[in-house]
Amino acid sequence: MLTKRIIACLDVNAGRVVKGVQFSDLRDAGDPAALALTHGRAGADEVVLLDISATYEQRSTLLDVVRRTARQLFIPFTVGGGIRSLDDAAAVFDAGADKVAVNSAALADPTLIGRIAHRYGSQAVIVAIDALRVSHGNGLSFGVRATGGRDATGRGAVEWAGEAEQSGAGEILLTSIDRDGMRDGFDCELTRAVVNAVNIPVIASGGAGAAGHFVDVFRDGRADAALAASIFHLGVTPIGDLKQELQAAGIPMRWPC
Amino acid sequence: MIAIVDYQAGNLASVRKAFDHLGYESAITADPVEIARASKIVLPGVGNFEATTALSGPLQDAVVKAIDRQIPVLGICLGMQWMFESSREAPQLRGLGLFAGECEKFPVTVKSPHVGWNQLQVGGASRLLRGLPEHAFVYFTHSYRAPLVAATVGKCEYGGSFSAVVERGDLFGVQFHPEKSGTAGLHLLCNFCEL
Repeated sequence: MLTKRIIACLDVNAGRVVKGVQFSDLRDAGDPAALALTHGRAGADEVVLLDISATYEQRSTLLDVVRRTARQLFIPFTVGGGIRSLDDAAAVFDAGADKVAVNSAALADPTLIGRIAHRYGSQAVIVAIDALRVSHGNGLSFGVRATGGRDATGRGAVEWAGEAEQSGAGEILLTSIDRDGMRDGFDCELTRAVVNAVNIPVIASGGAGAAGHFVDVFRDGRADAALAASIFHLGVTPIGDLKQELQAAGIPMRWPC
Repeated sequence: MIAIVDYQAGNLASVRKAFDHLGYESAITADPVEIARASKIVLPGVGNFEATTALSGPLQDAVVKAIDRQIPVLGICLGMQWMFESSREAPQLRGLGLFAGECEKFPVTVKSPHVGWNQLQVGGASRLLRGLPEHAFVYFTHSYRAPLVAATVGKCEYGGSFSAVVERGDLFGVQFHPEKSGTAGLHLLCNFCEL
């Protein structure tokens, strides 16, 4: 049976792993390559490295981090943050990434998705969506934010996910800005709304704090994979323990691995 | 020396890194002379079956000659599908026809591509799978799949059964990515290296 995936995320700023709350208030959490290896050995099904600063000066630092990480990691490895062009994606693939995650640049020019997919295959292109709850009257919708959650785009997350799939995305990485770093559970409503709208895998992100949150997002949210950062780096929840708990709850897991 | 055939179809460097990690010498090459001289050949690849057009001509001749000399050949993902007769993904093209059958799309009842970790169901003697746990988890990412054939030694279940591992003599094919399948994948690649 195809398992649900547990993905360890490394948010990297200037070559170091950092952890923030609701996309700000950053704290140092260690060396990316070392942490990626630790997570891989502990049972993570994939590792995602997101360059959250991605300024021009830091690109070479990032590529070096990608190279060092990829050398030792024999599970799927995704890199995102600041990928604005096919050339940016190519540099990251050359450094050893298996997939790239595109976000703001794809919102500005959705053809970027197809251009990367055409050269590297759809399986190598993840469209990352940062979504924010918007209440209006008695209704609820999910707005898409660009540039690290800062800018409103006028798009809805569900519609954008569908468009990304049509454009050639192989997976959706869906982050709830409301839940980011809060450790009070994933946004299952958001996740389910996007899962129901597309036929490609959806990775839920934002809000992981305990094993029960993962059960919820796999069952109620119907996510294909769930991503977390701080609870793994800080050793709050060892990945192996989490996977065993999920397996006991009837969620198919790669365990032992 | 293990020749990793370069036909511009992704994941070449990760296959090379896995061999480096295991301590076996390999080279990424599109040189038919080098391929013809190799002790083993890997046909890697991800993406569309159309990418295999880059294999036709001198590269294909070099691979076929090596197979005639009983050099072990391992096809990975698209590389494995190319070892079958054809694929509905690009019906105008022919594969090597080393294994019978045509690759086809997943049924609409399941999400496609098939992405993630799934279990092998091992059946039949296999040198490639020697020592691997019976239901090992390996990493897949593909939209087309190869049918079950006489050479199938490992099946996988996703919208029906398909060939995850084929093996006949010195010919080997895996639909998943051993270079991305953790210790199970490295174990399999090590078995290939030690043939």
